[in-house]
Amino acid sequence: MASNKTFDFKQNIAGALADKQLRSNFKNATDTLRGKRLAVFTDPEETLRLRHVGNQIKRAGLNRLPELLEQLEAKCKENGIIVHWAETVDEANNIVLSIMEQHGAHKMVKGKSMVSEEMHLNKFLEDKGKLPLETDLGEYIIQLNNEPPSHIIVPAVHKNRKQIGQIFADNIPGVSYTEDTAELLAIARGRLREHYRTADIGLSGVNFAIAESGTLCLVENEGNGRMCTAVPPVHVALMGLEKVVGTLEEVPALYRLLCGSATGQRITTYFNMIKGPRKPGEKDGPKEVHLIILDNGRSKILADKQLRQTLQCIRCGTCLNHCPVYTRIGGHAYGSTYPGPIGEILMPQIEGLDKKGNLATASSLCNACEEVCPVMIPIPALIRRLRDESYDMDENGVVKGHGCKKNLLETVIWKAWKYMQVYPLLNTIMLKKLQLFGNKLPKVGPLKAWTSVRTAPKFARQSLKDLAKKEGIRNE
Amino acid sequence: MGNNPAKVKTVYYFGTCLVDMAYPKAGMAGIKLLQREGVEVIFPREQACCGQPAYNSGFRQEAKDVAWKQVQIFSGNDYPIIVPSGSCAGMMKYHYLELFKDDPEYYDVKRFCDRIHEITSFLRNVLDAQYTDKGAPIKLTWHSSCHARREMGCTEDSKALIRQLKNVELVEIAREHECCGFGGTFSIKQPEISAAMVHDKVEDIKSTGTHKFLTGDCGCMMNITGHMEKEKVAIEGQHIAEFILERIHG
Repeated sequence: MASNKTFDFKQNIAGALADKQLRSNFKNATDTLRGKRLAVFTDPEETLRLRHVGNQIKRAGLNRLPELLEQLEAKCKENGIIVHWAETVDEANNIVLSIMEQHGAHKMVKGKSMVSEEMHLNKFLEDKGKLPLETDLGEYIIQLNNEPPSHIIVPAVHKNRKQIGQIFADNIPGVSYTEDTAELLAIARGRLREHYRTADIGLSGVNFAIAESGTLCLVENEGNGRMCTAVPPVHVALMGLEKVVGTLEEVPALYRLLCGSATGQRITTYFNMIKGPRKPGEKDGPKEVHLIILDNGRSKILADKQLRQTLQCIRCGTCLNHCPVYTRIGGHAYGSTYPGPIGEILMPQIEGLDKKGNLATASSLCNACEEVCPVMIPIPALIRRLRDESYDMDENGVVKGHGCKKNLLETVIWKAWKYMQVYPLLNTIMLKKLQLFGNKLPKVGPLKAWTSVRTAPKFARQSLKDLAKKEGIRNE
Repeated sequence: MGNNPAKVKTVYYFGTCLVDMAYPKAGMAGIKLLQREGVEVIFPREQACCGQPAYNSGFRQEAKDVAWKQVQIFSGNDYPIIVPSGSCAGMMKYHYLELFKDDPEYYDVKRFCDRIHEITSFLRNVLDAQYTDKGAPIKLTWHSSCHARREMGCTEDSKALIRQLKNVELVEIAREHECCGFGGTFSIKQPEISAAMVHDKVEDIKSTGTHKFLTGDCGCMMNITGHMEKEKVAIEGQHIAEFILERIHG
């Protein structure tokens, strides 16, 4: 979702929770996706082994990222791919625009690309009078409805068949309401085919960029990615700089982890390997291929050895499907390009703790995301790290907006709490107070939040320490 | 973890702050189950909280101070330290190492962490506790805390102990793997999401048709039973140690 200054997480959450249809759509969809993943990763030991391989490949790649990127650039150039570097989304957007202008291009067909969402490319191009058209079915649906994606892999996951039928009827001229999936598909395909044929430029993301050969790998199921990268005369590929891998041999393990985690597939319908523009004598393919490599804060993340693990992400979205928070509030509530657990750690690092630090509160630290992450990103540990940095406890933070949540009240509360845990006499006094007054505490502050849906905690008349003393349990 | 019952003669007990304040009977039951296996239990009364609330909330230094105090309290001997909570046990066994990873105290802390055991897994795997059920037939369900499941890995041990009780029918809930929405300060910082999660958990428990659930973590219990009481759902929650002790006494 477009990140904006009016981001109000609390309000978004309340809105999402109140929408029963939305909650039911998310529950059904994420249940299905979890089931599919389980059906493909049937052997826990083998799955763990594969995840270790994925983790090792990504970690090793990040450890020598500058070198791999240089190699990728050199090889891409050899292959005839024009390589651009963009430090900010603004730069990346302007590079896309300038390529379009060089070719007098107006209409762009787009394959799925989360980096383009991160750049808010569609809005940027529309403001410049261009026509960017999403071709991934999910993206097509939500673009018709003027919405951002609600999921990394399944952008229209929040819509059911009936809602999609209505979106088509309301937004495509000459189409009347139907909820027949085959008919809806045929309508979309019919429209899109014409666009592929007439587009001036095609854009795609990159799942893996192979440094040793300068090959761009694109994982997809609908064939629209192939159309966008092969039919128009110019192809622009967008990638975050962490997508580079060393060798072709590293791709199969990551591909298997990606497909299995994202959609529960062993392989996808299409796996495109793009190694440059059309060569003399070839019958198809674009005449020009551009690769834009985006930083947008990634090199800063790379510089921190713990936070660097965020960049291992292969964008499978399985942490979303397994997150009890995401499955209840949905992607839009996060007000961010990347929602769910990965968004909770990535967005505050990209946009700053002051702007997106609240995302890190949307986790009960249940560890479900860590349990399934194909490349073993320790998401809960990174959430804790970002919470620590929000409160500036070690005076040593590196994330933008460090210390933004530091406030006297919480600091005093936790300091007081500490003293009650560290000094036994204070602990005894606190226990006595709770025994006497704990059940009569006024329902304000934390107790108010707690008792909104629960009865107040009941403190025992005698603590375990009292009971143990009475029973003569040895005290040392 | 050793698997030789004969060798364990003495253990330390870490009661947890929540048990101490709100569920002391559960804490005492844990002590009695250990004593029943012929083990002497030492309960240092200077102990307090494991530090997890501060650790998870972004107050690392406070968590560390509290953690170090606990390490010191239990360092008189190398006895195993038994914890009637998967969550607190997970904090002490794994996260203390993270807190002290760059400090000279690391190896003292590691010695401490290596001695941490969740109570049901200790009863089952180390003490090989055997229970004869003297209670009336009952149907109930089980809720596992996330950290019991995903950090301590003791969910199966807890269930195995319940299954030893022949008059107890254990009905499993549909989304057993899913968090109940407690998450310590999460329930305070994100009360609406937490409320939605605990509501769904209570619905799942209700759909088992049982009138009792057991758990090994009093944080989850406070959250789930608190919501049940508010919603006037007639289902009782109990700590597994307290339940087992009742059943074997009849």
